[in-house]
Amino acid sequence: MKPYHIALKNLQRRPARMFFLTVALAVGLAAVVALVTLANSMTADIELTMDQFGANILITPKSNDLALNYGGISLGRISFDQRELDPSVLQRVRNIKNRENVAIVAPKVLGAVKVGDRDLLLVGVDFEAELRLKRWWNLNGSEPAAADDAILGSAAAKVLGIKPGQRLDASGHSFRVAAVLQETGSQDDSLLFVPLAAAQAVTGKQGKITLVEVAALCGGCPITDMAGQIAKALPDAKVSAIKQVIEGRLQAIDQLKRFSFGMGAVIAVISMALVFITMMGSINERKAEIGIFRAIGYRTGHVMGIILLEAGIVGLLSGLTGYLLGLAAAAIALPLMAQSGNPQLLVEWKVAFAAVLAVMLVSLLAAWWPALKAGKMDPADALRSL
Amino acid sequence: MITTTKLIKHYPCGEGQVAALRGVDLVVQTGEFVCIMGQSGSGKSTLLTILGGMCHPSGGSVEIDGTALYSLNDNGLADFRARTFGFVFQSFHLVPYLTALENVMLPLAPLKLAAAEKRSMAADALARVGLAGKEGRLPSKLSGGEQERVAIARAVVNRPAILFADEPTGNLDSATSDQVMGLFAELHQSGQTIVMVTHNPDNGRYAQRTISLKDGLVM
Repeated sequence: MKPYHIALKNLQRRPARMFFLTVALAVGLAAVVALVTLANSMTADIELTMDQFGANILITPKSNDLALNYGGISLGRISFDQRELDPSVLQRVRNIKNRENVAIVAPKVLGAVKVGDRDLLLVGVDFEAELRLKRWWNLNGSEPAAADDAILGSAAAKVLGIKPGQRLDASGHSFRVAAVLQETGSQDDSLLFVPLAAAQAVTGKQGKITLVEVAALCGGCPITDMAGQIAKALPDAKVSAIKQVIEGRLQAIDQLKRFSFGMGAVIAVISMALVFITMMGSINERKAEIGIFRAIGYRTGHVMGIILLEAGIVGLLSGLTGYLLGLAAAAIALPLMAQSGNPQLLVEWKVAFAAVLAVMLVSLLAAWWPALKAGKMDPADALRSL
Repeated sequence: MITTTKLIKHYPCGEGQVAALRGVDLVVQTGEFVCIMGQSGSGKSTLLTILGGMCHPSGGSVEIDGTALYSLNDNGLADFRARTFGFVFQSFHLVPYLTALENVMLPLAPLKLAAAEKRSMAADALARVGLAGKEGRLPSKLSGGEQERVAIARAVVNRPAILFADEPTGNLDSATSDQVMGLFAELHQSGQTIVMVTHNPDNGRYAQRTISLKDGLVM
């Protein structure tokens, strides 16, 4: 027999009271957990959507005021006499403060070429980066492997009458069309993609880059911040963030997060009051019992330990139950609130740990004064009340 | 040995005070069985709680085997009670959700003893009061006399130097009272110091000495 046995036995003795207190705390916690989990899951969902969306930062030469038209930049009549970027920008992008959020850096060289009697826009790319960036691309044929392998847009292939595996001549340079893009509905359908070095040779832009697309993981780092960091690292470049669509949604989620934390604070106060009142009631009911404990030699700390252990157990059970309830609620609500068709519920151990710890702390803090009162109870007073 | 010197206790009463004890000088020798008798309001229960280290006197002192009881701090006093005293209360005051054995183990709970040793000590104490075989019963499943025996077992389980009893037969019929008082007599014969408060003159015959209190003074 240890003092904690008394706490456990007392909890078993009043199962209804402890059950309702546990449920009350658990429901409060569940609401907060559901909101936080929803907010986190929706953020992750949007981040995933953005990753699938492709690049979200564009780097172009600052002096270029021509209307380019690639990835949101208008190329107009193919005016390629603008200033180019130095390849060193790639390393500088990878060295920004939020470099861990830089997922893909995809440099490009643009230039006009003649294929047969037709003008075609040639895009020199790093195929490894480009294929990771454009996950929606479907290739008819194989991925480019050789230095003269190319990917041809579906519309261009149709106009030129070229099939995968055939060769084409672009301004005097021969390329093998390793694959033809299935129709994307974008400008990619009209382009000829070749390795970066080959494009630099064809266009006479050796050691130059026309633009860089950057895919940034926006978790924990607003894209605008990253764009600012890149702009600071590249003073001669123009850095644009594709953020308008996402930003509003992220702001809404941020508000949801703030609301859930605010609600959490209110629920914490209500929970503390609930635990405090229940514990005070319990102490008054058990005055005789506590008086006996004190009379037979229990120290203040022993009695406090019994009361706080009871509160801690209630907090632990409430925390575990509340977290699971909150997860269940979030799982039900997420499909109704998320943007993508298949949102994933984010089960985070740190949220579980924080939730259980928070309820236990709230419970213990609320029980502290009643426990102290019980621990300091004068046994003679208790005996007189018997 | 218990020694009190000019023990005074006042309780607040309205805007004034009422004197429960008005200078009690008392000596109880080790191994003695003393009954404190007196009418209601004579101060006998107040005296017992002060002797038992549960209520600070307004004046005077209490020494137990040379230790000035109320010079100890709160934890020191609690430890002293745990080590030195056993208490039997009028209404038994067993913890209703603990079995007889667990109730008897209560004074041992804060002590650093092995669980098996605590269990063995409690079982021995229950056997001493004739309740072997009823260790697992809840208080509600025991008769009044059996509950009183459990309370006595709880009081002696840690082999205290002094056993205090406050009207231990107050809630019992005369036959059961005799059995319980017989138990106290047995404990006394085994060397236990006992200080008992009672208003029942029949109980006085079990004691070696009777101290009468009236209006807070030893008569």
